[in-house]
Amino acid sequence: MRNPYYLGMLVFVGIYSMMTISLCLLLGYGGQISLGHAAFYGIGAYASSLLSARVGLSPWIGILVAMFITGIFAFLISVPVLKLRGHYLAMATLGFGEIVYIFFNSAVELTGGPSGFGQIPRLSVFGFVFKRDIDFYYLVWATVVVLLVLILNVIHSRVGRALRSIHGSETAANAMGVDTASIKMKVFVFSAVIASIAGSYYAHYVTFISPTTFDANVSILLVTMVVVGGMSNVWGALLGALLLATLPEYLRTFGDYDILIYGAVMLIIMMFAPEGLAGILSIIKRRFSRQLYRQGAS
Amino acid sequence: MDVLSRTLQYLFTGVAIGSIYAMVALGFNIIYNCTGIINFAQGEFVMLGGMFMVTLTTVWKLPLPIAFPIAVVLVVLVGVGFERVAIHPLKAPSVLVLIMITIAGSILIKGIAMFAWGKEARYLPHFSGETPIAVLGATILPQSLWVLGSLAAVVLGLAWFFNRTLMGKAMRACAHNPAAARLVGISVKQMVTISFGLSAGIGAVAGIVITPIVLMDYQRGAMLALKGFGAAILGGLGSGPGAVVAGLLIGILESLGAGYISSHYKDAIALIVLLAVLFIRPSGLLGDTEAQRLKKF
Repeated sequence: MRNPYYLGMLVFVGIYSMMTISLCLLLGYGGQISLGHAAFYGIGAYASSLLSARVGLSPWIGILVAMFITGIFAFLISVPVLKLRGHYLAMATLGFGEIVYIFFNSAVELTGGPSGFGQIPRLSVFGFVFKRDIDFYYLVWATVVVLLVLILNVIHSRVGRALRSIHGSETAANAMGVDTASIKMKVFVFSAVIASIAGSYYAHYVTFISPTTFDANVSILLVTMVVVGGMSNVWGALLGALLLATLPEYLRTFGDYDILIYGAVMLIIMMFAPEGLAGILSIIKRRFSRQLYRQGAS
Repeated sequence: MDVLSRTLQYLFTGVAIGSIYAMVALGFNIIYNCTGIINFAQGEFVMLGGMFMVTLTTVWKLPLPIAFPIAVVLVVLVGVGFERVAIHPLKAPSVLVLIMITIAGSILIKGIAMFAWGKEARYLPHFSGETPIAVLGATILPQSLWVLGSLAAVVLGLAWFFNRTLMGKAMRACAHNPAAARLVGISVKQMVTISFGLSAGIGAVAGIVITPIVLMDYQRGAMLALKGFGAAILGGLGSGPGAVVAGLLIGILESLGAGYISSHYKDAIALIVLLAVLFIRPSGLLGDTEAQRLKKF
């Protein structure tokens, strides 16, 4: 991978992957849809940028404080929101995301309003500045790997099983003694905090942010990535991020009309393969192994 | 302008915009009652109504009374087509799949609209002039009366349809108990298709009458849908009278908020109302708490 253009693209894929694998935990395993994740992504980006560019804190401390702030927001919103289900939950989270987006646009003195603000300091460690794409590439993907290990552990732990039982039937999970409210809340806050880190990375990588990066379309795109990859599969979420984050690059000729492709891809996947690409792969794998078994038997 | 006439002015504006939210909410309700689906593409029907009308009147130069029904019929066809293609073939889909499919539909329609009409906002002349009518120190645009009149016509039309026609009664039967409706020979699947056509038509009417006031662009649908959903929730999901009252209420709140608090946060006001209602009383103002608990989401 010597081409810097692809390297930059992979940085974005990494940033999206951080969000999709954590959202996958909430959506695919817990069955709780969130159409407001771009808000947390944005809070992370704005908080750490403002703290480092205006207050003068070190970007790393900015990222930590941003995580904390996002966590508090997510906690406050999760208490009422997670009592809702299905359509109501989707609309409530969408509405929350839209409110945060309106705030980014309207609080001009704080956020710079629709034109955004730039000159956000880059990340640095002991004098080493993450300036080149390759530096950021390693940083982002190292974070993705750490998160993957963490999330795979969570999935196979008691919490993961409890989460899946909530997806199956919340009432039944409750009856079996699972503290559904607490688990849903923890996972919601966890995935929001990860989105916050992704937002901070984005801000310190691009060094410029404006509200459109964090609008409802991005929330929907994130959910689409998870769904296209295969909801109940972390690797699927990774695959979804890779495919949909790079798709527009291959569709350059279509210009703005990549939105059409997104809609069509999402519609087709949901209609014909609700299990996503990971589901399709596992079907192929099963067929293939059955065939191998047959050959072995004869 | 003194406080009284200013407030009155905001009220007039609020009622006009609120009528649109009410119509969007009615569209949500019709599909919800029949299928239990919240159609995330509802706002796109409104946008399409306005856009078709712009093309028919300004490019094709059709007169208003002819263009209006044609635009509505075109949007109805889109609604029916969407249901036939994307929802009809599904067997026992989960709520999550349905949410994603209607969202995908809205993205697709939005994309096609951008392709067809471009990104800039489209203008439609006012139906009967722009000379404001003075009322008690405030003014009303004639177009606002068109909006109010359309809401009244839609409400009366729906009341007649659901209470007097066989098809309307069949749809109500489906909403109450699909299994029983099927037993007496009602084709539930057909009713679902009709409900999509009907709510697309109502959305189109709303879009056509509001375009002269607010202009229309390809991505205006999303916010209209969110606010219309707010109205549907506030009025009690599934309740017709609730949708109308709540729609007007949200419009008025928004207009007063924009006038007296901050116009920047105009859109946020309706959304905060939506969240507040969801948190405090999801069954809505006029909804039945008992019935709400039995419904599956």
